[in-house]
Amino acid sequence: MTNGTTSAAIQKLHFYQKGTFTVGNRLVSEADRSVQASIDRSNALTCGHRACQGCGEALGARYALDAALRAAGGNLIAVNATGCLEVFTTPYPETSWQIPWIHSLFGNAAAVATGVAAAMRVKGRPEIRVVAQGGDGGTTDIGFGCLSGMFERNDDVLYICYDNEAYMNTGVQRSSATPPAARTATTPAVGPQPGNVFGTGKSVPKIAVAHGIPFVATATVADLHDLERKVVKAMGIHGARYLHIHVPCPLGWGSASQDTIRLAQLAVECGMFPVFEAEHGVVTGRRKIRRRVPVEDYLKPQRRFAHLFTTEEGRKCISQLQAMADRNIAEYRLFDWEGDVE
Amino acid sequence: MLKQIEGSHAMAEGIALCRPEVICAYPITPQTHIVERLGEMVRTGELKNCEFINVESEFTALSVAIGASAAGARAYTATASQGLLFMAEAVYNAAGLGLPVVMTIGNRAIGAPINIWNDHSDAMSMSDAGWMQLFAETNQEAVDLHIQAFRLAEELSMPTMVCVDGFILTHAVERVDVPEQAEVDDYLPAYEPVQVLDPNDPISIGAMVGPDAFTEVRFLQHYKQTLALRLISEFAGEFKKQFGRDSGGLLRTYKIDDAEVLVVAMGSVNGTIKDTIDEMRADGIRIGLVTLVAFRPFPVEALRKVLVGPKHVVVIEKSLAVGMGGQLALHVDLALRNVAGAPQVHSVVAGLGGRPITRPSLHRLFRRALVQPWEGTHFLDLNEEVIAKELHYVRKVRRSGPTAENLLRRLRTGAQKPAAD
Repeated sequence: MTNGTTSAAIQKLHFYQKGTFTVGNRLVSEADRSVQASIDRSNALTCGHRACQGCGEALGARYALDAALRAAGGNLIAVNATGCLEVFTTPYPETSWQIPWIHSLFGNAAAVATGVAAAMRVKGRPEIRVVAQGGDGGTTDIGFGCLSGMFERNDDVLYICYDNEAYMNTGVQRSSATPPAARTATTPAVGPQPGNVFGTGKSVPKIAVAHGIPFVATATVADLHDLERKVVKAMGIHGARYLHIHVPCPLGWGSASQDTIRLAQLAVECGMFPVFEAEHGVVTGRRKIRRRVPVEDYLKPQRRFAHLFTTEEGRKCISQLQAMADRNIAEYRLFDWEGDVE
Repeated sequence: MLKQIEGSHAMAEGIALCRPEVICAYPITPQTHIVERLGEMVRTGELKNCEFINVESEFTALSVAIGASAAGARAYTATASQGLLFMAEAVYNAAGLGLPVVMTIGNRAIGAPINIWNDHSDAMSMSDAGWMQLFAETNQEAVDLHIQAFRLAEELSMPTMVCVDGFILTHAVERVDVPEQAEVDDYLPAYEPVQVLDPNDPISIGAMVGPDAFTEVRFLQHYKQTLALRLISEFAGEFKKQFGRDSGGLLRTYKIDDAEVLVVAMGSVNGTIKDTIDEMRADGIRIGLVTLVAFRPFPVEALRKVLVGPKHVVVIEKSLAVGMGGQLALHVDLALRNVAGAPQVHSVVAGLGGRPITRPSLHRLFRRALVQPWEGTHFLDLNEEVIAKELHYVRKVRRSGPTAENLLRRLRTGAQKPAAD
């Protein structure tokens, strides 16, 4: 580039191999390469756990905790809510955890983590960092009071929610993170309005932002570089931090186990799962959609939405879901190429 | 140091002497003054090296204590009544994980009807959760029991509740000898956890346990409580050596040697009972008292030793197992099971929701035990007239309205028809 070149004339450069912003390790600088690509990578969660084939949560947890462990220089304690992750990682006498790990109850992971962090301060070991983690049920429903309290006190905890959009451990029941129209064991695909009810549910990332805590981000197993970067960023900050990771569940969603990454990617590209980050109550970044797809592309491979494709009513539901995705895209400016500098 | 001091503040000062490292506070009457004073001491620097955390619920209060304790810190919290029920899941969890949290219960009734005054329903509701439970008779004992509780809890890696009567103890200003720091330091060693979350030696805590080992885990909890039976006496003995006074232990006796009636009770009501016994003895009635300090572990052997001999045992308790009767009485019955020459056990429920237990009422009750002993559970000072009227009314009218409000209206206005019509 030479001086005097207009910005419009600069060719925007995007590294990508597939339909997202994903960058292959060989294309990025050493510092930006995936933790998983390093020969001396940490390993918080080893193999041998009992997760289902294609489990998005196991993948998300391994990347998130490895990145956190590395960022903390190995000084990491994890607190786990009851749920799939807790059950499949500790089939005693085997445990998949290579880090100190405690499971107390379904709804109190954030509070137990507060206690661990307080103990580290009082014991004069502030270098030891604390991560709390749970599924969407343990986070957005039963653990929400404890979570909001931890946020509000700005306790020095990174809370990670692995969102697979229902209570999978107990047999796929609806949670407040279940999308409208989705079939679960407690929102069956029968009756005049099959599946989960429209107009229900909540966005805990948004609520976390509203607490004004230092860092909130959403991430997905379709973009592990981004996930790791956010974990590292979160670990560089003290105070309450929240990371919400979208993790497809083949069992609960009725999808093929080899489609986990593809579905996570489609959820982002259709606008159903906005990937963004915020600091101190202000949204500071978003992952733009490169190749926008209709929600149908995301819904179709999932049996939990199969009923939408057989009736006229179902078609209307798809339009409603498309409208939700469109609202997300507009709200977070996910498909706005003007002024794009990413 | 001798002080004229409110019970809650004395307890707070005693707890501070135990050097707690993490204190979680959530307001609920009547324990609030304890954590308020502790919070003040942390702010002023009187209590150093301590994190004081204001949390958003009792469930969180105990959960924070669980995390702190598992990470190697000495953890304390306090609650009462609805608060204890709200944290119930964590109460069982702390015990199951074997974390030596110490918690004060400012004993208070459980609603509905909502009631802030003293009885023992809260502590009794959690008696099987796996915590040790010690009941204080006086504010001096309340202070002393906390010091012993930290030692017991940490020795056995088992959480401990110190139960103090709400208002009667927590809000009473009286003379208390608050120990010196050096004495407490001599008595209470630093917390050395049996399990700790440490990146240098990573362990997993809280894995799922199936039918293959669950019974054994529970058995070991139970076994540890049987060890506590010995340790509670032993640590009370050492406490006496260090501090020069009797506090704690499994139980205490008062004028039992020649007694033909023995009273069994827990908590502050023992003072009133002792006064009544003194008056009755002046009238030549041979009556004595067994004050239970430990409800968990329940001291079956120790109780059996002191209860065999007299003809009658009157168990006075501030709790009711609805549909069954007296809970403590049932425990005392159990202690006397298959014992030759065992006394008759007479169950009394008294002082529910803060109703005063008075000497005149106790006089009548104890004399009746001698001349007209009763079966089943007796409710002390029950207003039978108002109950008869309410029962008559609800038999006549289907939509009779809320019971509590009906009774209050009858008591206040004497109205025959309690409902709005």
